[in-house]
Amino acid sequence: MSATTSDVSDERFLRSSSPLQRLLTRPELGSLVGAIAVFCCFALAADSFLRASSLGTVLYASSTIGIMAVPVALLMIGGEFDLSAGVLVTSSALVSSMFSYRMTANVWVGVGVSLLVTLAVGAFNGIMLARTRLPSFIVTLGTFLMLTGMNLGFTKLISGTVSTRTIADMEGFTTARALFASTLTVGGTHIKVTVLWWLALVALGSWILLRTRAGNWIFAVGGNEQAARAVGVPVARTKTALYMGVALGAWICGQHLLFSYDVVQSGEGVGNELIYIIAAVIGGCLITGGHGSAVGSAVGALIFGMTSKGIVFAEWNPDWFTFFLGAMLLLATLLNTWVRRRAEASK
Amino acid sequence: MTRTDSRTALVELSGVSKHYGNVRALEGVSLEVHAGEITCVLGDNGAGKSTLIKIISGLHRHDGGTLALDGEETRLASPREALDRGIATVHQDLAVVALMPVWRNFFLGSEPRKGAGPFKRMDVDRMRRTTRAELLRMGIDLRDVDQPIGTLSGGERQCVAIARAVHFGAKVLVLDEPTAALGVKQSGVVLKYVTAARDQGLGVVLITHNPHHAYLVGDRFVLLKRGTMVGNHTRGEITLDELTSQMAGGDELDDLRHELQGDR
Ligand SMILES: Nc1ncnc2c1ncn2[C@@H]1O[C@H](COP(=O)(O)OP(=O)(O)OP(=O)(O)O)[C@@H](O)[C@H]1O
Ligand SMILES: [Mg+2]
Repeated sequence: MSATTSDVSDERFLRSSSPLQRLLTRPELGSLVGAIAVFCCFALAADSFLRASSLGTVLYASSTIGIMAVPVALLMIGGEFDLSAGVLVTSSALVSSMFSYRMTANVWVGVGVSLLVTLAVGAFNGIMLARTRLPSFIVTLGTFLMLTGMNLGFTKLISGTVSTRTIADMEGFTTARALFASTLTVGGTHIKVTVLWWLALVALGSWILLRTRAGNWIFAVGGNEQAARAVGVPVARTKTALYMGVALGAWICGQHLLFSYDVVQSGEGVGNELIYIIAAVIGGCLITGGHGSAVGSAVGALIFGMTSKGIVFAEWNPDWFTFFLGAMLLLATLLNTWVRRRAEASK
Repeated sequence: MTRTDSRTALVELSGVSKHYGNVRALEGVSLEVHAGEITCVLGDNGAGKSTLIKIISGLHRHDGGTLALDGEETRLASPREALDRGIATVHQDLAVVALMPVWRNFFLGSEPRKGAGPFKRMDVDRMRRTTRAELLRMGIDLRDVDQPIGTLSGGERQCVAIARAVHFGAKVLVLDEPTAALGVKQSGVVLKYVTAARDQGLGVVLITHNPHHAYLVGDRFVLLKRGTMVGNHTRGEITLDELTSQMAGGDELDDLRHELQGDR
């Protein structure tokens, strides 16, 4: 066996990568460069951007996207989309509010029921995908439309209007608000509790991806589903769990929405699913699956937060916001594609 | 053409057939795999070779005939079940996840873990070390097991897949055209590991287009043609020339020779 060592290994020297090359293949790299550029741009354009209070504002805007961007990124690494993620946030808030208002005296019951319902929607997406073998684009587009209709329909049926009734006077509201929508003061900066949720999810997402067996399966089902199935990876179970992860994120965001505004508008959330996907893609997730990171999605969300608030601080016309976002998306995707070509060079 | 063997075969197919809709991919195919032997399956493109091994590896269910493992008739429900029963397969088209690092690919589906409860995690150090060591045993010296497996050469990837199967204690190793895309030298490397696996007591199913490769290492030869079995021989019964001409369909080859020479 050892006789062949030399003739196989001599090719290796040409291919062994330098630390710089390895850094270049990190999924977060492109987004990190982008984030620094965006930061510098607004730091120069608006004096107020560097103030501590602005930091709190930017982080808050980033966190509401970032909480969803983490599970959406994991799902995308697993090779699938979820177009229902945006309206699911609203559904989750609506269920929580209306169940509490109608059925009980304590909002925590509604919060718990909402968790179950939201997770069930995630499981539905995953099981439909596995059973029908339709593309996730179609399956979740269906869920998206159905949820949009149900949000409006049920809210009108139960509340009589397009928004829910106030639940601020109910038992448990204060504690729930503390958990989902409070503001902490850290060194004079007001930080919303969602920022903590966001950080926790990024840490959890990274742990799962990098250190657990589930993470290995996520990369595998997204990178080459057939190969994964052939070595015994439970593909359907992995994907269903990923959809339920998105649902968990939607539940956290939904409860935040409810407990910070007290009432929920049933038409909200449409279009946000694309923003989550954009954050994940800017953060280095391959749209075709198999590559990406949770940290990247956080940087993507941060770019989103900095741009959306930075434009306000710089007193620019906010119409330009989507232009920036679009340009960023294209640049990030180009970089990621280039990286993948290198990785698959000899395929 | 059929023989009886005193020992029970690790895998025994008899009269197996498989249809894809109304495409008849296999009809009445029999094959035996014994410990420490290499069974070669030969045939042209579309002969049904991949279909045959997808039945052995649990990806497809057969429609007719029987599949027996260690003499016990079974139907494999999933690739997982086949793996658990000691059948490891290196597929022609779906062997590895190109974007994933070598060590993650090596252990995919059988990740060793440590820790307990919510802190249960993959034993990454051990996975890296084992991957390096196992590949080194096969003569592949990877400086970096973190590189995406897609950056390895075709032969190296095949060797990773074979090393993985051997490492996880497979009793039967199924290889679908491991040398198809390889140069002479790398084919040699792969064939060497195939015989090494055989010498360790594994039963090997080797699928190939190439009768020379087959005759170099094979103990039994099954010839397929458009889904039917046209030959089933042990090594003693057949010479390389006979094998080659049977595979090409001897008469057809003569016709071809005349045609080509006629053109000159
Ligand atoms: N999933 C499928 N659905 C329908 N027909 C199929 C399917 N898979 C294979 N076939 C058909 O079955 C026949 C045998 O295919 P198979 O892949 O087993 O051939 P093969 O001997 O492995 O060929 P090659 O040498 O090209 O790999 C072919 O005619 C093919 O078109
Ligand atoms: Mg084939």
